[in-house]
Amino acid sequence: MKETDINESALLNENGQRDAEQAWAADVRRAAIRPTIGRASVAWKLSVTVLGLVVLAGLGAWIYQFKRGLGAAGYNDQAFWAVYIVDVVTFIGVSYGGAVISAILRLTGQSWRAPLTRLAEGTALVTVLIGALFIFPHLGRPERFWEIPIYVNTSSPLFWDFMAISTYVLATVIFFYLPLVPDMAIVNKTLGRADRPARFRIYKALSLKWMGNERQRRLLHSVLTLISLIIIPLAVSVHSVLSWAFATTSRPGWMESVFPPYFVIAALYSGTALVIVVASAFRKGYRLERFITKRHFVRLGYIMAALGLVYAYLTIADLLSEGYTGITSGWIRQTIAGRYAIPFWFYVVFGEVLPIALVAVKKTRNIKGMTVASVGVVIALWVKRIVIVLPPVTQPLIGGFWGTYHFTWVSITITVAGVAAIPFGLMLLFRFLPVLSIDEMEEMGELGSVEQVSKETLAVQKQAPAYAYANGNGHVNGNGVGMPEKEVQL
Amino acid sequence: MRKLSKSKQQASGGLDLIPAESCAIPADGQACSIMPAVLADEPAGSVEKDLSRRRFLGMFGAVAGATAVLGTGVELLSYRAYAQGLPKTNNWTGNSGMTGSGAADMASTQAPPTHQWAMVIDLSMCNGCGSCTAACQKAHYLTPDQTWMKVFELTDTTGQTYHLPRPCMQCENPPCLHVCPVHATFRQEQGVVLVNQDRCIGCRMCMAACPYEARYFNWNSDVKYPPIPVEATPEFPVPQRLGTVGKCTFCVGNLNHGLLSECAAGCQMGAIYNGDLKTDVAVNSAGTTVKLSKFLDDNNAVTFKPEQNTHPRVWYILGHGQNLNADASTAKS
Repeated sequence: MKETDINESALLNENGQRDAEQAWAADVRRAAIRPTIGRASVAWKLSVTVLGLVVLAGLGAWIYQFKRGLGAAGYNDQAFWAVYIVDVVTFIGVSYGGAVISAILRLTGQSWRAPLTRLAEGTALVTVLIGALFIFPHLGRPERFWEIPIYVNTSSPLFWDFMAISTYVLATVIFFYLPLVPDMAIVNKTLGRADRPARFRIYKALSLKWMGNERQRRLLHSVLTLISLIIIPLAVSVHSVLSWAFATTSRPGWMESVFPPYFVIAALYSGTALVIVVASAFRKGYRLERFITKRHFVRLGYIMAALGLVYAYLTIADLLSEGYTGITSGWIRQTIAGRYAIPFWFYVVFGEVLPIALVAVKKTRNIKGMTVASVGVVIALWVKRIVIVLPPVTQPLIGGFWGTYHFTWVSITITVAGVAAIPFGLMLLFRFLPVLSIDEMEEMGELGSVEQVSKETLAVQKQAPAYAYANGNGHVNGNGVGMPEKEVQL
Repeated sequence: MRKLSKSKQQASGGLDLIPAESCAIPADGQACSIMPAVLADEPAGSVEKDLSRRRFLGMFGAVAGATAVLGTGVELLSYRAYAQGLPKTNNWTGNSGMTGSGAADMASTQAPPTHQWAMVIDLSMCNGCGSCTAACQKAHYLTPDQTWMKVFELTDTTGQTYHLPRPCMQCENPPCLHVCPVHATFRQEQGVVLVNQDRCIGCRMCMAACPYEARYFNWNSDVKYPPIPVEATPEFPVPQRLGTVGKCTFCVGNLNHGLLSECAAGCQMGAIYNGDLKTDVAVNSAGTTVKLSKFLDDNNAVTFKPEQNTHPRVWYILGHGQNLNADASTAKS
């Protein structure tokens, strides 16, 4: 990738100079746009190829399953719901995290969010699409999926799942697209038309004639506030309705009043974790170290740990009352000490104890520690959903034997393909679109986005004191070291 | 004898209401087909055995053509119309789509159902031999896993084991029907809950909702069916479709042709009675014909899992010390 691909003159201010804000903007633009231009690096090509092959293998396995029936994925009459519904809940769940974290931080005016929003919203977009697609391997006859909106049965929870998920997909697309509008204009201005006319046209269309004037900014701001306000209750409803697909049956272990908040919190928890994982990976892979710093990981880590504690509380609430009375507790016994004990305690260790400990201990409260914690949470929450789905499915309702679900190469391949599709989708997405929310980061300014008091920053400021002291537009956005964040103009 | 002649009168009343032309107006190509009886290996000898039983069964068969029209051709429409007229137990099923005056018109042009099928299983007669399961599986070409009629082994309060044959309960308030996103499960006008396998998308929500584990999925494509000369219908879903759900149909085709269901016919102990709530009669393979309401009353018949509010149309007659719900919930694996 050649630096010359960026039109340097577009980075200068009216006086033809590079002042502090302009320099910051130049750095942001360079980091965000660089991955979309020039030849892709070998590492990028290699990763996309490998991930693409895994996704293809999953598609192949799904075609095989389509021909052979769901029995090929290990399903049977006493394990009629298993891995694919777990995948649906998990992928749509992690999507929720990206969307809601971004929406909440936006609504509460957290300026430090700026380098994370594009990654978080991109993750939300990619995972919700994958999660929605996992409905197809879940169905016995996916080719008749179109019947759901045609032969509507409003008393079926699945119809409302369909409504909720499709509305949520739409909202996620909008939520991803809106902050992208000013960026499209910026990218076009920076890139110039000559090199890639096709792309120029697409960006231009996507930028919706964005000029960056006051009226447009006000409009974008209010629309973004509105969609942020909408997407939070919408995401709550999606996960509540998903949980009611379980909780509206009379199965012990599913017919639980705690289920809707249980699912919502699980989604937020695992979603925050996935944002950390994605931020960590893209920080390294896309050289965003300067923008996404330890501060971001620690703050997201705090949010994640808080959600983890709430989730632990709900897990106990779910298990305790029935376990104590013992009325329908066969599934609880199997969960805690029986056939599902290993996955359950895996969740306890890697989904609760380890991540919360890593956040709690100061020594591990760093990028590496948060990443390890998040990987644990993402995997453990998938396992936890297996434990939520399988015991009530496999328990005998009349007497007789517990059913068993066996993973097969088909179900494993399809699930792994879904996992691989996350980086695959994100890498393709950010080959075309800027990986940072350029406009927001410029708006927040460097001081809003980058940590102030750490030694790390001190070093940066020593190297380039102009960043901290000078400013072109006359408004105070920094007085050097230790400036309180709230003074940053938003 | 008085009982029987009364039943006969009711049956002929039914015949008047459903004229013979109904068979001449086929709603589809197979409206008047009698294929379930042809295919089902009905033990003809047992039918001939008993005169009173033959009469009873003849009465069953009298309206076969009409019900075949209602049952296969326009099952959903006629069912919706029927649902409009039902007072309390079916109010959930009225939301199937057609409502208002259109449904009322349908209802006014169609004869009311002549039968409301039911079943009584006398647990004190059941020895757990499993011949009901075998007969059912043979007739419907089921895989060994697909036990539409399944015999469970339970233990009563005295520690004695006993057996619980479990068909589909044909609930009047079926959870499986409410949760089906595409109305593939429907309840036909005789109160039998059926699956339209052409419609089913294979989501298995019904399997999750059924408290009786009565539903079985078609998981594998390697099931071999013999060449079958007729097309599958909800009443006789053979061959089963890959990726759809199946369950006990009450052998409603048999019943409407004056034959016992396969499980009842296959039960050598005579533990399984096919009954009709309209004519208030039930009969088993031993030829015993009883007045259904009195039979249920006299024997303190119970339904399974009444707390689920499903209102099953299958009743159980319990032996001494047997308590279905308690015994099922404490059953050891």
